[in-house]
Amino acid sequence: MTFNATDFSRALLDPDCVVGGLRSHDGSDCQSRFSVYRNNVCVSLVDALADTFSVVQALVGDEFFRAMALVFVRAHPPKTRILAHYGDEFAAFIEGFEPASGLPYLADVARLEYARVQSYHATDATPLPQTELTTLLTNPDARVALDPSLYVITSNFAAFSLWAAHQGALDLHTVDTQQPESWVVYRVQFEVQTQQIPKASAAFLEALQHGETLLAAIGIAQNVDAAFALTETLALLVNQSLIVTPSL
Amino acid sequence: MTPSLTSRNAAAALALALGSIIAVSATTSVAQPAETEKCFGVSLKGKNDCAAGPGTTCAGTSKVDFQANAWRLVPKGTCEKTASPTSSTGFGQLKEFVAKKA
Amino acid sequence: MLSVSDPPAQHGAPAMQFPPSFTLPLRAGVGLKTQHFTELLSGEHEIGFLEIHAENYMVSGGAFHHYLGKLREQFPLSIHGVGLSIGGESPLDVAHLARLKALITRYEPQSFSEHLAWSSHGDTFFNDLLPLAYNAASLRRVADHIDQVQNALGRSILIENPSTYVALDASDIEEPTFIRELIATSGCGLLLDVNNIHVSCVNHGFDAAQYLRALPLHSVGEIHLAGFATTQTSDGVTLLIDSHGAPVAEVVWQLYADAISLCGPKPTLIERDNDVPALAVLLDETQRAEHFMQRAKPKTASVLS
Repeated sequence: MTFNATDFSRALLDPDCVVGGLRSHDGSDCQSRFSVYRNNVCVSLVDALADTFSVVQALVGDEFFRAMALVFVRAHPPKTRILAHYGDEFAAFIEGFEPASGLPYLADVARLEYARVQSYHATDATPLPQTELTTLLTNPDARVALDPSLYVITSNFAAFSLWAAHQGALDLHTVDTQQPESWVVYRVQFEVQTQQIPKASAAFLEALQHGETLLAAIGIAQNVDAAFALTETLALLVNQSLIVTPSL
Repeated sequence: MTPSLTSRNAAAALALALGSIIAVSATTSVAQPAETEKCFGVSLKGKNDCAAGPGTTCAGTSKVDFQANAWRLVPKGTCEKTASPTSSTGFGQLKEFVAKKA
Repeated sequence: MLSVSDPPAQHGAPAMQFPPSFTLPLRAGVGLKTQHFTELLSGEHEIGFLEIHAENYMVSGGAFHHYLGKLREQFPLSIHGVGLSIGGESPLDVAHLARLKALITRYEPQSFSEHLAWSSHGDTFFNDLLPLAYNAASLRRVADHIDQVQNALGRSILIENPSTYVALDASDIEEPTFIRELIATSGCGLLLDVNNIHVSCVNHGFDAAQYLRALPLHSVGEIHLAGFATTQTSDGVTLLIDSHGAPVAEVVWQLYADAISLCGPKPTLIERDNDVPALAVLLDETQRAEHFMQRAKPKTASVLS
C-alpha cells in the first residue's frame, strides 16, 4: 500500500482503518505515529464543540459530552474551514442520539448555544435613526430589517431556563424542564444577550425576519396568542436598537 | 384588537405602542428585563489554530470507546439536578450510553 | 532517500513578481489571543508585531473585528493562514481564497504566511496540518497552489516548514530540498519555524544543524518559536509534538541562535496557542528573542531595508 490522501483522510476519522504507505526512519510503529494526527483531528474538533456547547457539556458531564461529540465529529466532520461556524448540525444530531434521549431538552440547549456564538460573530449593522424609526413603525405595510445578530428560538422545553441556571441566574432545581419556552438572542455592542419572550412575540419577530409586513406579522402573532404584547415586543426592538438600516 | 385585523387598526395599535415606548425611553433609562443575561465570554476564543494537542490523549484513536461491550457511559452532569417528571427518580433521566457491537 | 539533482522544469506562466512582504519590523512579536485583547490595547507594551490566524477572523462582525481593528492601529500585523491546504491534492478552495483576500485588504498585514501541509481533502476540513509526500508531482502541485495564492492576493507569501510525525513512502525528496525547490520555483519566502525543525528532526532522526543549513535561508521572512510536548510510540520511541503549549525549549533557543547567525536577525514570533499564560510571560520570551537578535549581525542588505 502506498500513501494516498483519501485513505489517510478516511483513517483520521475511522479508527478501524489502517493507513498504508507510512514509514519511519528507525522502524518504530508507524500506526502510533499516524495516531498523533488522528488524535489531533478528533481532539481539536471535540474541543471546538466543547467551547461552543459548554452548557450541553455541563448538563451531561465531560466524559459523556466528549464521547458524544466524538461520534458527531466522525459522522459530521467540518465542511467549513472556519470553526466558529462548526456545529450547526450538532443540535439535530443530539435529537437523534439515542443515549441522550433521556434528556429531550438537550438539543434545544445546543440550538441556543450555537445561536449565541453566531450572534457574537454576526455582521455589524447600523441601527435605524430615531427619526426614521417612528415613520417606519407607524406604517403597517412596512417591512422591518432586524439586526443580523438577532436569533429567535422556540422550544417545547425549558432550554433557556436550563441555560440561564448555568449562568447563575436561576436555581437549577427550580427549572421545570417540560415548560415550553421561546427566546431571542441578540448582540448589544459586543455582548450577546439572551432573553425569554412570549411565543407570540417570537412568531412576530420570525415573521419580520421572513420579510413580512408589520401588518402581516401582527396577524401571525395574534394567531398564536390573541393577547400578543405588541408594545413590549416593539419596545425590545427599539430600546436595544435591533431595527437596522436594510443591507443592500 | 379583534381577529379581523385591518391596516387601520394595526396602524392605530402601532402608533399607540410607539407612543408609549418613546415616552418611556424619554423619561427613564430602560431597565433590563430580569431574564436578560449578559455574557462577556461567549466564544471569546479563536477556534482555528495550527498547534497539535499533546499526543497523550488517545480519544481520537481509541476503538474501545464505542465498540467494546463493556463500555458504559451515562450523562453525569448537572442534568442530575434538574427536576424531571418523566424520570423514575424525579430527576434528569440517566440513560446508559451502551456501545453497540461492531 | 533520493535527492532531486535537477530543479524541476518551469511550468505554466512564470511566477509574477510581487513586492517583498518582508516588511515586519526586526523585532519579536506575539500571537494575538483574545484573552489579551484589552491588555494589548492599553498601549503599554513593547511588542514588535502581532500575528493572527486568518480563519479566526473570517467571521462577519462583532468583537473580534472591533479589537483587531483597534490593535492594527497600534501594531504591525502578520496574518498566518491555517486553512488554505496548500499542500493538498484537492484544488484550492477559491471561496476561501476570496475570504482571505478580503481579510488582507481590510487589515493590510505586513506579512501573510501559510503551511507546507494539507488540512482538507474533498469537502472535509480536518483542522490539522497533515503531511504530504515530497516528490516531483507534489512539488509541481504545491508550486502551482502557491502561484495561485500569490496571484489572487497580489503579493508574495511565506511558506512554513512543517512538524511531521510519520514519513511517507511516496516521498523521494528530502524535506529541506523540497522546500528549497519550492521557493525557487514559486518565488515565495520561507517562514522558518525553528521549533518545527527540532520536532521533525527528533521524530525522523535528522541532524537539525544540517537540516537548517539545507534550507534556503536567504529567503527567510519570519521566524517562529514555540514549545513542544513529548509522547511515545507504542514501541517506546519518543515523539515530539508541536503543541504550542509550553515555553520555548532551551534546545530550540540554541537552534534559533544558530539560525540567525546564518541568516541574520528576522522578525520572530513567540507562538503560544495552548495553556496561554499571562501576556507578561510571553513578553519575557519576546525580550529573550530580541536579545538573541541584537547579538546576531545582519547578513544581507535586504534585512536592513
